[in-house]
Amino acid sequence: MHIMTFSERPYFHVREDDIISNQNSYFGLANMGDTGFDPAKGHQLYHEYFDERIYAEELGFDGVMLNEHHQTPFCMGSVMDVEAAVLARITKRVKIVLLGNPLPVADPLRLAEELAMIDVISGGRLVPGWVRGAGSESIANNANPAFNRERFNEAHDFVVKAWTTPGPWRYEGEHYHYRFVNPWILPMQKPRPQIWIPGIVSPETVIWCAEHRYPYIALCTNIEPTIEMCNLYADVAERNGYQAGPENFGYLQSVVVAETEEKAQELGRGFVYGGGFGSFARPEWMFPPGYNSKAATKRLAKAMTDPRTGAEIIRFTEGEIDVAEVKRSIATQYVNSQEQGLIIAGTPKTVIAKIRSLLEVLRPGIFGAWYHHGPMSYQDRRTGLRLFGQEVLPAMREMAKELDLPGPFEQMPGIRPLPASGKREQVVGLGA
Amino acid sequence: MATPEGKEQTLRVGDSSLTVIQGGSGQPVLVLHEELGDPGWLQWHTELARSRTLMIPQHPGFGKSPQIKWIRNIRDLACFYSRLIREQGLTPIDVIGFSLGGWIAAEMAVNDAKQFRHMVLVGATGIKPPQGEIADLFTVTGRSYLNSSVQDQKGTAEFAKLYGGEHTPEQFEAWEDARAETARIAWSPYMFNPSLPQLLEGVAGLPTLLIWGRQDRIVPLNAGEVYHKSIAGSELMVLDRCGHRPEIEKQAEFSQRLQQFLA
Repeated sequence: MHIMTFSERPYFHVREDDIISNQNSYFGLANMGDTGFDPAKGHQLYHEYFDERIYAEELGFDGVMLNEHHQTPFCMGSVMDVEAAVLARITKRVKIVLLGNPLPVADPLRLAEELAMIDVISGGRLVPGWVRGAGSESIANNANPAFNRERFNEAHDFVVKAWTTPGPWRYEGEHYHYRFVNPWILPMQKPRPQIWIPGIVSPETVIWCAEHRYPYIALCTNIEPTIEMCNLYADVAERNGYQAGPENFGYLQSVVVAETEEKAQELGRGFVYGGGFGSFARPEWMFPPGYNSKAATKRLAKAMTDPRTGAEIIRFTEGEIDVAEVKRSIATQYVNSQEQGLIIAGTPKTVIAKIRSLLEVLRPGIFGAWYHHGPMSYQDRRTGLRLFGQEVLPAMREMAKELDLPGPFEQMPGIRPLPASGKREQVVGLGA
Repeated sequence: MATPEGKEQTLRVGDSSLTVIQGGSGQPVLVLHEELGDPGWLQWHTELARSRTLMIPQHPGFGKSPQIKWIRNIRDLACFYSRLIREQGLTPIDVIGFSLGGWIAAEMAVNDAKQFRHMVLVGATGIKPPQGEIADLFTVTGRSYLNSSVQDQKGTAEFAKLYGGEHTPEQFEAWEDARAETARIAWSPYMFNPSLPQLLEGVAGLPTLLIWGRQDRIVPLNAGEVYHKSIAGSELMVLDRCGHRPEIEKQAEFSQRLQQFLA
């Protein structure tokens, strides 16, 4: 099993009341002014976050995962490749897992160059991963959402071609045009680095992933749709002539570890700071025009309206926000998220038991430990990492052996043969 | 009095089909709808339809007209409509364009002013306002956009009739489809052609009426003034206490001036 750390690298010197009253401005796309950013505090946080990744390597984690969001305090990795380049130099062994570059807003030739540089500097430790980007990224980057999926597909094909087809060549595509493609700096891993795709179990992406034999990493999704995703992936894999296994699946879990249960409870609340991901961005920014397929828009339109009364169920942001009311709902959300297993907070002992249940059901070969969010002191973050690394990590290694959960660097994804019957085996736990 | 409601018909343009709402009798008038789609049959339609045949195409990708992939910008759409009226034997025709539809009409006039007899642009997009910006449809909901399109929601009876109350899934879906198609063809720069003022200077001899609400919060009046300056001989009619929808906010004045102008 590939076990990696993750955090959003938040700039958390932002008051929760301000986040709420500015309509989810902490997430997705900030509504509050960027004059609230203090570069000195930003400097300190970047360095702490880099040190935490060096520490993760010392503790024995296999990888450090980064992500990218634009124009928002909650993720300081607005140009994740810059952080990845630093990590390529200051770490020695861990995989640098980028989940992911939002392809539709990128210049794919430039991206091919950046990622190749990171792979070469790190000595072949890059795991690139690509996303369509949350809807708000289309607005943050002024990339036409109506062509989001087309651009994703074309940029993907282009980057892979730039790495694997000797240059120079000319490229005249639908959305991208290059007179001269000969990047010269090519990845160290041959024929190219493994590509992993993260997501929130959108069927279209899961199918695309299985067709490309790329591992799919579900990002903190509810268990039932995640199981459906695994089964869908495995069905598509079967149609494409291979058996999906743990090496094809990953799961990112919010998990805070502390010395006491009380402390863990206090720290875990950071995951719902300001409303957490249940209120990622203003809905109208999450669904920019054309970002959704027509089928998805139809589903959304139905979901938004009560079929009996015609009343709107989901209301878009208008008028004053009741901060106290939102805070009450956040408190409820924290309790519910723990009950549903979406947030795990506890001592190593309780955390190990909960992770075991998760691994038994989902059987992932990749596990991301999202170890903090919201305001949390450097000391508490280090303590959490240490407890995870020294106590949870060895226990997970044992579980992975016992449950036979190879990661994609132990078992190459997409080459496991189907049984002689041609019918796939079960991919999720039998109890699921 | 019988209302000459529009009847739906399907026309062919090359390989594509286009849904056109047609109603009334007399010389045809081409009506180009705004960015949130064909709003349906309105009072001003009824009044003009007494003396004129209204042809209201639903733009490709809007309403019932299928999307046409090769149409990627407003110039493409303008050329498409030029072909439609030429092949239907309708040139020269009177044209009325609302907001995005006004931009389409202006691009058509730039290509060939002789295809029109009269041109009426109502709160037209297409020109970057010297002051302020064109309100962004892509960062708000269809409902918010519509709410800011009129100066007085409650006092505009036809607005309440069209957009009041709870919205059905079908309405939400229609707006989302309209927003998606508008994004496809007008994402950036939003929602203007930087060359349009200069191109319009070449439009000679086309009687042009520009109608703007003084309180237009979607396309500021100063953009209308640029249209007025660029199109020689054009008339700019500014309505007080009126937003982006003169045809429903000041319907009586709008209809009266329109009929005089087209007569």
